[in-house]
Amino acid sequence: MSLNPNETKPSELRRDFLTALCVGVGGLTALIVAVPVVGFLLGPLLRDTGRKWRAVGPLDKFKTGDTVEVKFEDASPLPWAGVTAETGAWLRRNSQTELIAFSVNCSHLGCPVRWEPAAKLFMCPCHGGVYYSDGSVAGGPPPRGLTQYPVRVRDGNVEILTSPIPIT
Amino acid sequence: MWFLKLIWKILSIPWKIWEWFDDRSEISKTLGPLLRHPIPPGTGWKYVFGSATLIAFLIQVATGIALATVYVSSAGGAYKSLEFISHQATWGWWVRGMHYFGASAMVLLVGLHMGRVFLTGSYKFPRELNWLTGVILLFLTLAMGFTGQLLRWDQTGVWSTTIAAEQAGRVPVIGHWIARLIFGGNTVGGATLSRFFAVHVFWIPAAIFAVVGFHLYLVIRNGISEPPKPGHAINPKTYRAWYKGLLERSGRPFFPDAAWRDVIFGLLVVVCIVVLAGIVHAPELAGPPNPALIQTEPRPDWYLLWYYALLALTPHYMESYLMILVPLVIAVLLLFFPLIFNRGERSVSRRPWSAAIAIFVVLVVATLWYQGKTAHWSPAFDAPPLAIQTIGFASGPIYQGAQLFHERGCEDCHAIGGQGGHRGPDLSTVADRLTEEQMTVRILNGGNNMPAFGSILTPQDLTLLLDFLDSRTAYKNTSFRRTGGQH
Repeated sequence: MSLNPNETKPSELRRDFLTALCVGVGGLTALIVAVPVVGFLLGPLLRDTGRKWRAVGPLDKFKTGDTVEVKFEDASPLPWAGVTAETGAWLRRNSQTELIAFSVNCSHLGCPVRWEPAAKLFMCPCHGGVYYSDGSVAGGPPPRGLTQYPVRVRDGNVEILTSPIPIT
Repeated sequence: MWFLKLIWKILSIPWKIWEWFDDRSEISKTLGPLLRHPIPPGTGWKYVFGSATLIAFLIQVATGIALATVYVSSAGGAYKSLEFISHQATWGWWVRGMHYFGASAMVLLVGLHMGRVFLTGSYKFPRELNWLTGVILLFLTLAMGFTGQLLRWDQTGVWSTTIAAEQAGRVPVIGHWIARLIFGGNTVGGATLSRFFAVHVFWIPAAIFAVVGFHLYLVIRNGISEPPKPGHAINPKTYRAWYKGLLERSGRPFFPDAAWRDVIFGLLVVVCIVVLAGIVHAPELAGPPNPALIQTEPRPDWYLLWYYALLALTPHYMESYLMILVPLVIAVLLLFFPLIFNRGERSVSRRPWSAAIAIFVVLVVATLWYQGKTAHWSPAFDAPPLAIQTIGFASGPIYQGAQLFHERGCEDCHAIGGQGGHRGPDLSTVADRLTEEQMTVRILNGGNNMPAFGSILTPQDLTLLLDFLDSRTAYKNTSFRRTGGQH
């Protein structure tokens, strides 16, 4: 195969056009691939997992004045989630009818707060956040009190509404 | 004799295969000049940290691929697979240890390499891009370390994910979206680990390979910086011609004249990683990754302890700003300063400010690291009750007050006799500096990060606590000043 000497050289204009064509078509090709990939990666922002009421035990199980940890399943756990499908909350029974559910996440940076029953305080192991029994800030870096989850009693069972991890 | 010839012929087979391969591919003609690219005289052992970082990265690649043959990248199976790797798989504990210490070595070596480049002014013209790509590699290395810690997918991994999402949530406007992307949803769950796995084993390593390739291209293209000499200032107009003349006058081939040091130091790094992995082992896994199990104290690995401490020690009113601004400012400073200070003296003896900055950064990071290691702001949940010897009484109100001091959580934050938390002041001799009235006010009303115990303690509790605290004095003869230990 040899070059045809009679063949005219492509003009600069044609070269510019071909350059722009290569860049444009290349970019378009990448875009065609990128749209579904990026959409898939951003899926968590587009997917609504909803919220569900989860039973955490019969009302009689919770004594007035006590704060106990309860465990329940997320709103829509993925089949392979295993134990990560579980979440926890602190449930406090203030009276015969009043129940409060607190997030276990410290409002500072989300670490798991512990209820110290003798001290009647929630304490965070990470940066030393402290909360009173009503969830209000008692000391340390938390900018606000513990987040409360909706809680209700249905057919003698205490139910908590699943909620996103509170982001401060 | 024929036997020796036969052995020689057999031994020469690989060489002949190589000759054939090289003849057809001409690879030595292509890569040989790169390996033998001229370097200036005077480079010594302080120039080996870059190649050692690359060797540590390659160890991570090798051990990471090995671990990935067993590791299950699902939220439900990762922990069990890591337990298997750590306790049952053949040499699994060793390979996991190498991966852990390889990561530590990479962070340490990239820091040393960066320090050498900074102190010798090697980031100056024409090597600004070398520095910029190096800074990107530093960030990618730290990102690898952090995502790797999460992939342990034990309690620490799960809660570290939550902490990362909370920090991301402080970013204005888009913070909540970033947090949801980190979780892969609204909570830690099935989608969380898979995302971090993809980031740790595909995205970041691919980026590291690409940036390392460009970094090495720049090293060869711009040449290895010559050891700085006081009085020899960089002038962008003349430097390239001067450097070319230097290499022509007294340049030496990188391979083998300088490469032997890289090889020896690389071997030392590998031996250290392998031996540490075999003797010290990787950290034991914490409990299973159940977000409902909250008896845990998540801590980052050592290379991020300084940042953990920074968040704990920052005044609360400026925390959100610092959380976003500190990484941002550090990134901007690192990325832009070689563009601004790209000429002039390279010798550190003529750049006292640079030396001061380097010392300051090392001291700050080391101090914060120590603070993060001791984490004195964390309550001492596991502090045992005070010993009888410390209390001084085995019964009576002082003894009962000491029991309350433990039970009511006072000891979580206050130490006495070297036992207890350090979030609040040490109370070993509190009676020498506070009156009973002052102690009462402080206990009931709180203040300075201390909760108010007014609604928590009964009057009798308060009396017993004061009895105990009033006995905490350095003067033995005045111990228990009010009642002598009895009401």
